Parts: sequence; C-alpha cells; structure tokens
Amino acid sequence: MSAIILFMAGIAAIAGWWLSQQRLAAKPWLEQGVITDWREENPSSLPPAKIGLGVFLAVVGSLFALFISAYSMRMSMVDWRALPVPRLLWFNTGVLVTSSIALQWAHVAARRNDMDGVIVGLCAGGASAVTFLVGQLLAWQQLSVAGYFVASNPANSFFYLITAMHGLHLMGGLVALGRTTAKAWRGADMTRMRLSVELCAIYWHFLLLVWLVLLGLLTGWTDDFVDICRQLLT
Amino acid sequence: MVDIPFDTIAGIPPAEVGEVELYHPKSWWTRYVFSQDAKVIAIQYSITAMAIGMVALVLSWLMRLQLGFPGTFSFIDPNQYLQFITMHGMIMVIYLLTALFLGGFGNYLIPLMVGARDMVFPYVNMLSYWVYLLAVVVLASTFFVPGGPTGAGWTLYPPQAILSGTPGQDWGIIFMLTSLILFIIGFTMGGLNYVVTVLQARTRGMTLMRLPLTVWGIFTATVMALLAFPALFVASVMLLLDRLLGTSFFMPTLVEMGQLTKYGGGSPILFQHLFWFFGHPEVYIVALPAFGIISDLISVHARKNIFGYRMMVWAIVAIGALSFVVWAHHMYVSGMHPYFGFFFATTTLIIAIPTAIKVYNWVLTLWRGDIHLTVPMLFALAFIITFVNGGLTGLFLGNVVVDVPLSDTMFVVAHFHMVMGIAPIMAVFGGIYHWYPKVTGRMLNEALGRFHFWVSFLGAYAVFFPMHYLGLLGMPRRYHDIGETAFVPASAHDLNAFMSVAALIVGFAQLVFLFNLIWSLFKGREAGGNPWGAASLEWQTPQTPPGHGNWGKELPLVYRWAYDYSVPGATRDFVPQNEPPAGSLAQGAQP
Repeated sequence: MSAIILFMAGIAAIAGWWLSQQRLAAKPWLEQGVITDWREENPSSLPPAKIGLGVFLAVVGSLFALFISAYSMRMSMVDWRALPVPRLLWFNTGVLVTSSIALQWAHVAARRNDMDGVIVGLCAGGASAVTFLVGQLLAWQQLSVAGYFVASNPANSFFYLITAMHGLHLMGGLVALGRTTAKAWRGADMTRMRLSVELCAIYWHFLLLVWLVLLGLLTGWTDDFVDICRQLLT
Repeated sequence: MVDIPFDTIAGIPPAEVGEVELYHPKSWWTRYVFSQDAKVIAIQYSITAMAIGMVALVLSWLMRLQLGFPGTFSFIDPNQYLQFITMHGMIMVIYLLTALFLGGFGNYLIPLMVGARDMVFPYVNMLSYWVYLLAVVVLASTFFVPGGPTGAGWTLYPPQAILSGTPGQDWGIIFMLTSLILFIIGFTMGGLNYVVTVLQARTRGMTLMRLPLTVWGIFTATVMALLAFPALFVASVMLLLDRLLGTSFFMPTLVEMGQLTKYGGGSPILFQHLFWFFGHPEVYIVALPAFGIISDLISVHARKNIFGYRMMVWAIVAIGALSFVVWAHHMYVSGMHPYFGFFFATTTLIIAIPTAIKVYNWVLTLWRGDIHLTVPMLFALAFIITFVNGGLTGLFLGNVVVDVPLSDTMFVVAHFHMVMGIAPIMAVFGGIYHWYPKVTGRMLNEALGRFHFWVSFLGAYAVFFPMHYLGLLGMPRRYHDIGETAFVPASAHDLNAFMSVAALIVGFAQLVFLFNLIWSLFKGREAGGNPWGAASLEWQTPQTPPGHGNWGKELPLVYRWAYDYSVPGATRDFVPQNEPPAGSLAQGAQP
C-alpha cells in the first residue's frame, strides 16, 4: 500500500498548503463585515471547471495509485511471471506523446486567437490518441497470439487490466475532445474555446504522465523502486 | 437585499452578483424528473435512499426474527440469513447513509448555506443521481436473479465471496459488484460538484471560517469519499475479473467441492487492504456530515453560539486526514506483523482526540444554553449520547489484545451499530425534522415526531445495548442459529427474543415517521421562512421553499459567522449571516 500512501501524502501536502492560505486561525466570532478571502485577493483565481478537473485528476490519480499498490503487492507472490512487453508499446508511447504535444499546440494557438491552429491541433491530438488506442489493442492481440492470456498469470491480468483502465480514461477524454472540436468547428467564441482546449490539454498531459509511470511499472524498470517502497512497510 | 456599505470594504469593487448562467427548466420533465436543480436532485436522492433503506429495514426484521426465535420461521434458511445480512449491511452503509448525507443533505444544503444559486456543474449533478438510481436498481434486482443476492457479508471477502458454497455465487455477486462500480462512478460526479461548489461558489464574505459546520462536515467527507471510493472501485473491478474471467488477483490455490479450482496464488489479504482502505474512511464519510449537522442543530436549538468553532473545524480536518491511516485495525485477526498492529492501534486511538474535542464542544455549547427540547434537539442529544457510547467501545476494539477475543462476536455488531448505525441515523432524523420546513414550507407534526423519537431512541438502545453483553459472552455474529452451546446460557436466548421484539417496534415507528413526512406535506402547520430563528444563510432565502436560483436578483452578502445567537444588545436573539453590522445600519445603508 506504499504507492497509495505516498500519493495520499502528496494530496495531504497540497490540501495543507491550500488550507494554510485560508486563515484557519481566524476568529469568526469577532469579525463582522464583508471580509475578503483568498479568492478575491487572487484575481487570477481559477475557473470552476479547472478546479473541477483538478479534483477529478486527484480521484483518477488515487485510482491508479491503488492499482499500482495492488500490483506491487501481488508481484511479490511466488506465482508471478513477468510478461515480455510488446515492442509496439514504445511506438504507442511515442504516439501518445505526439497527441499531448498536438493538444499543447492547440492550447498555444487558442491563446493566440488562431482558430485554424486550434482545429488542426485538436484533430491531430484526437487522431493520434485514437491511434494509441488502436495500438494498445494490437499489443493485446500480439500478447494473446503469443499465449499470454488474461487469466494465465497475474502479471498478464494486471497488464490487461491496467492498460484497459488507462484506455478507458483516454476514451472518456476523447468524448470531451470531440465536443470541443465540434465547438471549434462551429466557430464558438474564442474565450470559451480557450478554457475547453486548456482542460483537454491538461487531461492529456496527466494521462501521458500516468502512462509513463504505468509503462515503467509494466516493463519492470521501476522494480527496484517498488522493492524499496515495499521494504519501507515491512 | 441590502446595499453594500462600501466604507467597510474599501478598495473592493461591488459584488459581482446577478449575471449567473442559470439553467432554466422548460417542461414538467426537466423541472421535476430530469432536473438539474440541486434541490430537486437532493429530494430525488433522499427518496431513493429512504426507499432502498426500507428494504434494508425489513431485512433487519427478518434477521432479528431468526435470531430471536430460532427454528420458528422455517422460511428463513441459513443461506437466506447470510443474504439478508449482506444486503442489509451494504444498503445501509452505502446506498442509504452515504447517499443520504452527501447526495441528499449535501445537494440541498451546500448551495443554500454557501449562498450559491446552484451547484457549479448542474448537468453532471443530474447525471450523478441517475447513475445512483441505476446502481440502486441493479442492487435491488439481485433479489430476483437466480440464486438470489450474494451472501458474502457486506465486506465481500474473497475467496468465499465467489466460491460455490456462498449463496448468490451465480449472479448475486456479479450484480453487487456492478452496482458498487456504478455507485462509485455516480458518486464521483456528485462529489466533484460538492467540492467545487464549496471552493468556488461561496458568496461574497463567506470565508471558509464562516461556513456552517454542516458544510465543513459534508465538504471534508466528500473529499475523503472521492479519494477513498477508488479503493472500493479497484477491489470491485478485480474481484469481478476473478469471478468472470478466472484471473487470480485475490484467489489463492484452493480445493472446492473436492476439485482443485482454476485459481492460484492470489492474495485475499490484498482485497482486505483495498476494501478497508475504503472501508475505514467510509465510517467518517458517514460520521463527519453527522457531526456537522449536530453542531448546527445544537447551536440553533440551544440559542447559543457553537463552542470552539475553530477547534471544531480543525478537528473535522484532522479526523479526515487521520482516517486514512487506520484501515488495518479491521484486519487484526487476518494475521499481520505485530508492529503493524501496534502502529494501527496507535493511530486508531489518536483519532479519539479530535473526536473527543468535538464531543466536549457540543456539551459545552449546551452548557447554560437556552435549550429548547424540540424534536431536532432531542435527536441531536440522542446522537451525542449514542456516539459517545459507540466511540467508547471503539476504544476497546481499537486495541489489538482486546479486539482479538471480541472479534466476530456480537460485541462488534453492537459497536458499529451504535457508532455507525444509530448515531448517524439520529443525525439524519434530526436534520430532516430541522430542515423539512425549509424544503416544504410546512412543519412536521410535533406529537408524531416526539413519539417517533422516543420509540426509536429507547428502542434502539433496547436492541443494541444488551447486544454488547451477548458479545462479551462470546456469542458469534453471522450465525443463523447458535443452537446448544456450553458458554451461552438460556437467559441469553430470552435476551435475544427481547431484542427482536424491540427491533420490530423500532421498525414500525419508522412507518410513523414516513406517514408524518407525507401527512405534513399537505396538512402540516405553515412554517414561514425561518421557524427556528436560525442565523445561517439557508433560512434567509426570499422564498420558502427556495425558488429556482435560491436567491432573488442578487446573491446575499455575508457579514458574520453562522452562530450569532443571543448576542448581547441585539434586537433579536439571533443575527442572520447576511445582516450588516450595526455601524452600517446607522449610515442608512440598510433599506
């Protein structure tokens, strides 16, 4: 459970930092009148949708941290046989990086009021994300052709489960991306577009980060780190 | 609405109120069924939760009939008894209490109490309810699938949860896990709303330290639930795969009915870790909103400001944080390193400190208060007593050496029903009696309310207080029929029969409550906007029940905290949060 504990410690640090800005030592029974709070002292305060996305990312992060915890606990059992990682995954990773870069491009274009750039970026990002998903399916197929079925070993089960979870989150993102692209196509107001595009880009970067961590876990690069974490708790 | 006294807030531009993009319902369907108004969603959540809760109540009757009069009711066989236990526990903890506190009270109270027009993402909020309803329907449908609902116990521990000896192995467990996954997805949608609304949609002047404690409780509980429910999600998904695809995440090598199963090498302990990483925070997900509601009820009905508001807020946050590092105290008998046991016993007992602070503060709020023994107040007092009661036995069970002999006895059942069953339900009832006038514009009937309170409170004690004693005798939980045992005297069976009769009576008293809810909707006394003379914002709405958008043209401005009761020199014994300070009155800023 060390991965989730580390993750929760990170969340607790962020929450603690935020709470420390909130005048929690105020004595509300002595204060009257309209007093300003953090939101008004920080005019650049974030729109609700962005905060909502941030909270959602914390939830998704905790979901994957729990999968990683379960993975690291289960892999120490004797029946664990690590599976060869299909080389296709490296290509897929490259495609996902491209997807993230394309959305970042769209985000920059939105700030420059360049609607054509936004549409190009969004479409390129969406297309490469779909390519990534197809690539993941092909990787599944390669594994099952090679005899690595979902139930034949826990390492296989985790591989399929974790890649599926990541893929599902990306598919959810594609729905949002599709709606944003449709809005851009219809020529929506640029100020509103800017936020939507930025949210998509943030979500994509987050999923790329999650994927890189998962890739490290699945390829066994992080085994040493997992060992260290496990020893912390034993 | 008031003008803004500019001099008191010099340098700050006038409040940006008004132009809020509000969703406007266009038809009957979008107004009352597929509504995006948090108040309607709250009522939908509450009715659904209470409806499925009634099912769980009936299940508890059936269990009590079997326990009190073993052998008399031939239609309850051992398999069914296990199914009743499982469904009762799961429904009560997750589908009733969690949904009612966060989906019901949270949806209704958060926007009103922070001075917002609605939740920040109304559409997602609506989806949240419909996914929750789907989860409830899937759960309820397990009663009708072949083999019936799962009988694995509400903790659904593998390996037995998916082995063939357990009732509901065919379909029940699949439906149960699916329903849990749906519930978590639906809750996440709602939870995002509650958190972001508290963070972003507070009206001007409503600093965090001016929030009513109800909002603090619901807010912290929501944050905890958002972070803890993924653990149940992960556990459910993996168990579902073990059941459906034959993976071995949790399933060890074992022989079933003389045959080696296809499973091998998995870790049931891993499931327990995941389950309780959700399961322990869940206790506080239910308790923290109750703490908040009780704080507000006590303050209003004792006409006194809450004692130690800051401490109360800090204690809520501290409990929320600590509850994530105590989960393994549910696993003392699962086998663990003694240092682990020591660590988790220590963290468990440390939680007693912020919790005790809260209890002291409630008692000190009551101290020399002008206590009105209204129905909400009665329930609030009952909550404090019951929570202290259940909390003290929690100290017993938190210690490894005491827990080991008491584990799996009726003592545990008595403990968690006191702390997590009776206490939160008292808060729910108190909250309903308190806020019903705001929701409907009419008071609940007082006499029926008092009857409901005394029967429920005394009856619940008649059920669960003797149960501690049965547990100390060593009477095991989860047994369909204890039969003849050397260590259980005959008198214990009489006690069991007494408890069963009490449970039936308590159950029937809830029908009185339901009748009261419906009867008062039409015949109740007109309540007016603020029948209790409460200071917090939800009582200051221009209309009762609050109209669409909650506030009139302008959002309220908040000048003070929510607990200005019996202020010396004030004209009334409470000062609403949106009433300007006396200084600006003199300047004529007040209309």
